Amino acid sequence: MANLTLVQAVRDALMTEMALDPRVVLMGEDVGLNGGVFRATEGLQKEFGEERVMDTPLAESGIIGLALGMSVNGMRPVPEIQFMDFIYPAFDQIVSEVAKLRYRSGGGFKCPMVIRTPYGGGIKGGHYHSQSAEAYFAHTAGLKVVIPSNPYDAKGLLIASIRDEDPVLFMEPKRLYRSVKGEVPEEAYTVDIGKAQVVRPGKDVTLIAWGAMVPVCLKAAELCEPRGADCEVIDLRTLVPLDEETILESVRKTGRVVIVHEAQKTCGFGAEISALISEQAILSLEAPIVRVTGLDTPFPYTLEHIYLPDPERVALAVGKVTRF
Amino acid sequence: MLEKNSKLKKKTTKKIVMKAPAVLRADCFRVLDENNRPNEKVEPKLSKEMLIRMYRNMMATRLFDERGMLLQRQGRIGFYVPSFGQEAIQIGTAAALKNSDWIFPSYREPGVFLSRGAGLFEMLCNLWGNQSDVCKGRQMPVHYSFSDLKLFSVSSPIATQVIQAVGASLASKIRNEKDIAITYFGDGGTSENDFHTGLTFAGAMKTPTVFICTNNGFAISVPTQKQTGAQRMVDKAIGYGMPGIAVDGNDVLAVYSATQEAADRARRGEGPTLIECVTLRMGPHSSSDDPTRYRDAQVFEAWAKRDPIQRFRQYLERKKLWDEKKQEDLEKELKATLAEAVEKAEKEPPPQLDTLFEDVYAELTPQLVRQKEDLLAEQELRGKFENTSEAFPL
Ligand SMILES: Cc1ncc(C[n+]2csc(CCOP(=O)(O)OP(=O)(O)O)c2C)c(N)n1
Repeated sequence: MANLTLVQAVRDALMTEMALDPRVVLMGEDVGLNGGVFRATEGLQKEFGEERVMDTPLAESGIIGLALGMSVNGMRPVPEIQFMDFIYPAFDQIVSEVAKLRYRSGGGFKCPMVIRTPYGGGIKGGHYHSQSAEAYFAHTAGLKVVIPSNPYDAKGLLIASIRDEDPVLFMEPKRLYRSVKGEVPEEAYTVDIGKAQVVRPGKDVTLIAWGAMVPVCLKAAELCEPRGADCEVIDLRTLVPLDEETILESVRKTGRVVIVHEAQKTCGFGAEISALISEQAILSLEAPIVRVTGLDTPFPYTLEHIYLPDPERVALAVGKVTRF
Repeated sequence: MLEKNSKLKKKTTKKIVMKAPAVLRADCFRVLDENNRPNEKVEPKLSKEMLIRMYRNMMATRLFDERGMLLQRQGRIGFYVPSFGQEAIQIGTAAALKNSDWIFPSYREPGVFLSRGAGLFEMLCNLWGNQSDVCKGRQMPVHYSFSDLKLFSVSSPIATQVIQAVGASLASKIRNEKDIAITYFGDGGTSENDFHTGLTFAGAMKTPTVFICTNNGFAISVPTQKQTGAQRMVDKAIGYGMPGIAVDGNDVLAVYSATQEAADRARRGEGPTLIECVTLRMGPHSSSDDPTRYRDAQVFEAWAKRDPIQRFRQYLERKKLWDEKKQEDLEKELKATLAEAVEKAEKEPPPQLDTLFEDVYAELTPQLVRQKEDLLAEQELRGKFENTSEAFPL
């Protein structure tokens, strides 16, 4: 076991899987010599050579199109998009090509790959270094969407994603890159894609979150305890495919739900979860489902701490559903 | 044949040294030689006032960048992007424009903003993202925007401005106005789709656009030689059906002349031009970057000797337009104005909470009205919001 930060766990997963599987190749902007702007690929080019860890020209559509071509020809690419805010030039390649290839070719072609990208706010990145754009991609059939919230899951989920036969968008909460540490086994292991985790059991209210909002919810749960509400916190870990059973089981127990995400409220992934609960467990609900989310505005710079959900705002929402 | 070719290719790729060249490429147009003496045949005939104004703007840019980096290092602002070594490109191009021309800059052109007359105080307020920032604290530092000066809002995503400048210049052309558009981007920017569509559209539609490619050797850590298989960025021009010229980016007079000619062509209705300004980025990519991880010290030293400000100063001194005393006075004056503006800008409070909801649309939507009410009510309840932001890690 090693005590690693989240970004170190990502690097460790890449290192581990590259050593085991010669098909795994990394590509992206500054990932080679510089080891990635967040150091997620530090030293990997030195270890595995320039053909397996490639500094590409500055073009996201190029990076993903290249990865698709390599994937259909037998490689297992793990392209990096330097910031999720810069994924849009590759939107066409991801949404029209990568996600649909298996289906449109009647299963004749597939292009497993893991698109790694740091996402989210809280680091003074303004609106082009802070976005949490999961909803666009969760809305795209053919793509899996995975988001770890701690070092152990980061390694296990990343290895599982690389071994998966479908393309995976792997979103890394950059705010947690260095602020969380945890025990990570040295060997290869996987954490199942499509399985949520109850990270704090509770009986009064269910808090549902992913990525950097998981620690926010855990802190909120602490704030709520002396105020008389025992919160259960679910870390979804995978948005697509969604672990409906874990959500519903918790809701049937608590009857009260607060969903927390960084992205704007309208058409955020919280709406999907809310719809699921209404469809499948409406009779268990004791109060309306509440969403604590970013605002329906672009991501700001100076006032980002007001834009982003924080423990107190989540706790206020818990108060609302318990008092209902 | 094929096999032979591919072998050949392999060999040549191996030979390419993956670092920026230590000397200026021989094909670059230049006015000043390496001793900073002008080639009289191509020396632009500029008035004394104009030459001094250009020098002044170069110095103002250097001091602004030094101050920006210092403020970041002191923890007074969150982030900064310096343009050290690129002053000649910024001031030379800007000097060749009319005030009615459109400018679509990247994030590394403070000197273009200063040349056009953007206010120091306003620019500094953007570094703090405070209530007097024209962007209302929504973008990171150095993302200026001055709509009244036709200085287009800086965007972080690379190269998006290239095709937009083509659109702006097309609008002028349709209305038979003589205004042109100029746009700036880096060597890395030439790999993005928006660069290719920009030059494709401009070539096809013969728009009055001037493309300035600042080839500073790097896109963060990636050297230009890894960005493209082309030997020179300027070679791309021919493929898009427009003339191109490579210039010494550390020679303000060469940059000025090339831009002037391209602007004249555009105004005459002869279409776009690509100008490759060859230089070396002398600072870090940004305040979050450590260039010693990837930059060759010798190459850096070699380019440091070609400092564009020093070179231009020598030229002016030989013309008896400049001396030590004038330099001292100028620095004193510029530093004093800067210090005064910094002091004033730093005192400005952050934007008000309700500004968060402005400008998403021309008018607030019902959803935004409700979210604003909710947030104001939350503020009532909580008193103040704890600032949980962490420092920008890049
Ligand atoms: C679309 C997009 N991808 C990636 C980035 C991250 N990024 C910021 S600057 C930069 C390098 C730009 O290099 P270049 O175009 O040569 O300009 P320079 O920074 O040298 O002025 C990168 C990759 C970005 N801002 N936008």
